Amino acid sequence: MQTHQFDAVIVGAGGAGLMAALYASRGGANVAVVSKLYPTRSHTGAALGGIGAALGNLEEDKPIWHAYDTVKGGDYLADQDAVKVLAEDAVRAIIELEHMGLPFDRTPEGRISQRRFGGHTSNFGQKAVRRACHSADRTGHMILQTLYQQCIKANVNFFDEYHVVDVIMNQGHAVGVVAVQLGTGELHVFHSKATLFATGGWGRVWRITSNAHSYTGDGAAIVFRRGVPMEDLEFYQFHPTGLYGLGVLLTEGIRGEGGVLLNRYGERFMERYAPRIKDLASRDVISRAIYLEIRDGKGIQGKDYVHLDVRPETVNRYLAEAGEDRRIDAAYVAKNLAETLDVCRTYAGVDPLTEPMPVQPTAHYAMGGIPTNVNAEVVIDANWTVLPGLYAAGECACASVHGANRLGTNSLVDLVVFGRRGGMAMADYAKHADFVPLPPNPAGEVAAELERLRSSRGKTRPGDLRRQMQQVMMDHVGVFREEKGIQSAIDSVAELRERYQNDLVIDDRGQRFNTDLMEAWELGCLLDLAQATAQSALVRTESRGAHSREDYQQRDDANWLVHTLVFNKHQGAQVKGPLELEIDLNKKVNMSLAEEDERFLPRERVY
Amino acid sequence: MDVTFRIRRYNPEHPTNKKPYWQEFTLKDVAETDRVLEMLHRIKWEQDGTLSFRRSCSSGICGSDAMRINGRNALACKLLIRDVGTKIQVEPILGLPVIKDLIVDMEPFFAQYRAIMPYLVNNDPLPDDGRERLQSPEDRIIYDDTTNCILCACCTTSCPSYWANGQYVGPAAIVQAHRFIFDSRDQAAEERLNVLADPNGVWRCRTIYNCTPACPRGIEVTRAIGEVKLAIRKGSPQGIIDPKNVKVHH
Repeated sequence: MQTHQFDAVIVGAGGAGLMAALYASRGGANVAVVSKLYPTRSHTGAALGGIGAALGNLEEDKPIWHAYDTVKGGDYLADQDAVKVLAEDAVRAIIELEHMGLPFDRTPEGRISQRRFGGHTSNFGQKAVRRACHSADRTGHMILQTLYQQCIKANVNFFDEYHVVDVIMNQGHAVGVVAVQLGTGELHVFHSKATLFATGGWGRVWRITSNAHSYTGDGAAIVFRRGVPMEDLEFYQFHPTGLYGLGVLLTEGIRGEGGVLLNRYGERFMERYAPRIKDLASRDVISRAIYLEIRDGKGIQGKDYVHLDVRPETVNRYLAEAGEDRRIDAAYVAKNLAETLDVCRTYAGVDPLTEPMPVQPTAHYAMGGIPTNVNAEVVIDANWTVLPGLYAAGECACASVHGANRLGTNSLVDLVVFGRRGGMAMADYAKHADFVPLPPNPAGEVAAELERLRSSRGKTRPGDLRRQMQQVMMDHVGVFREEKGIQSAIDSVAELRERYQNDLVIDDRGQRFNTDLMEAWELGCLLDLAQATAQSALVRTESRGAHSREDYQQRDDANWLVHTLVFNKHQGAQVKGPLELEIDLNKKVNMSLAEEDERFLPRERVY
Repeated sequence: MDVTFRIRRYNPEHPTNKKPYWQEFTLKDVAETDRVLEMLHRIKWEQDGTLSFRRSCSSGICGSDAMRINGRNALACKLLIRDVGTKIQVEPILGLPVIKDLIVDMEPFFAQYRAIMPYLVNNDPLPDDGRERLQSPEDRIIYDDTTNCILCACCTTSCPSYWANGQYVGPAAIVQAHRFIFDSRDQAAEERLNVLADPNGVWRCRTIYNCTPACPRGIEVTRAIGEVKLAIRKGSPQGIIDPKNVKVHH
């Protein structure tokens, strides 16, 4: 076993991790980025449509309007102090990305081009606004590439294909992580003053998902096993337009450019659900609308999907109907939605220029996660107590800026804004803090867990357990939920988790690149998060944002303007015994913007 | 339908079989629209957990799963069974050392990438108004194609010149250099052109053209290399690409 020492260790090399690495390193810290993937493989690269900021390059815009849309989009569960930071910092952060070389598309004047996106409006909901800065429909790819390039320029230390499997705590501090070097199977201990998790989400809990195979919630599960609660796990976003059957994402930018959703009768059904901004309503609203259409037998051929139509003749017809002058042609669609065309042609054999695309909601984004304050410091209770040395940013974290439902583009905003702040905060912390010593045998416990998995000789393959978990969660903890279903999901996942401990078998017993072993370990993370998600969903007896309870259909502001904190009573790196969870409902939503401006007070959410 | 996979296996840790070998797997109930990557997963999850390969996004953007499939480089997640038929041969990409099964050592590839200074260099003061640097849509479009690169190595490891000489910087590194050389905001074109004028730079390219069809992102790799060659001859990237002639992918 090797031990390394760095001021700041960053786990995960997506947008949040690389942003943190860059700013921690600019702040003078000696930084290591430890990632199970090569940085350019990270899932930030799959983000398509844009990154929102009130630059006002094409029409008037203000950060406070962006904040309003974010609070409303989040169904009033977002912490408003954090939302204010998000909307204000976004402008600065995006200008800095441009300075780093990000190839944004340009306006005729040479400024960063912006487009419309779901839920983004001007003047407190009045009309759709062009706020999403874009680089064709591969904005996330360009952010990831640009940040990686800058990290190379800044000589950041990369430990690529080192899979982090435990966080090390000592004397009330986070003091580093344990990682498996995938190429050799060797364990490494990274001793640090500050450790930041930027490990992304856990869409692989569900059967239909837009998420990467590697999106298995490792970071969240690791800290959850070491005493850090998870916040608002029940709020998991289903993106309305996943490619039918596969879940591959078709960007909201399609609708931003004028694309419309149609049911089997060719009806633009969003006119009924969101009369004002229709197909640009926020994602939870549209996903529910699609489910309701399907339930009404209005899916295409009566099946469980609808059409997304961006054919120029369709778009132009609705633009004319809306009294807009703008018209589009095939070349325009091809240039601005190149990724979409490629995905549809490759996977569905559908050419969006001549046919509508088959779509269904797909598991997409965790609004909840590791609780942090606005400096990305991890907080471990309802009183905002900071765990010294531990940070989190990006999708694995919950600041909470997305509340009960995230607006399109705000994931990229979140990771650059809070990655940046986390990096700066780590550098400051490292300047005055000393290394807290490592505990004896810091890798012992997780080494034992890995050996247990490596030598397991039961009868159940990890792939079978994973498939069953994904189906159960899709059926009962998806777009719509109710008590009986959620309870059955909890029971099923608990049973799968029991088999994971007692009846697992894997084939590969080697050290070198043992993906069989690491996939089994990742499954343990998914099972923990699935059960904690279902438990959080069971407790919240109201409907808000992405959490739709059929047995409690109303939002209940009198009782539920609180975050859900779920604690894991068992502590340790091993998956042992049943998962015992404890829920704390004492963390109130921050309403600081509403105190100054009543437009930020909760009210009925109409689009 | 049934499909048969013939896969190149290698595991130096194997107790008895330390040399590379071919192994066949048969899968039942395969649909024409199933992805090659899904089928590799089925083999791994249902038949042999030791089969090792890289993958992540499964939608063609992360670049993890470059493989040689029926003799051509591709991302396994972007090929469907109807593209490859029912007898499918899969082996690791060529020209990089194999670690295990379909997993190769990417370090030489990334070292070549780092050699061309893959980052924007601009030492001018930032705009006084605190805003973005300006760039016209025409200046933006001329390097658009090469910004698509995902560093999957399909192009570099399809290149016979690279197979013959692993010191050659390779198509992917040149594509990445192109992305900066032709960016109006960048000031290090000369240094990059110097790196690429080296004996192991662009002149190892013999326009064999394997790279362009290998690119899963549709980048016109050979053309980009040609434009860099031209810039080296002229000593400057100015005036080489006409924005009106830049093809937009359809």
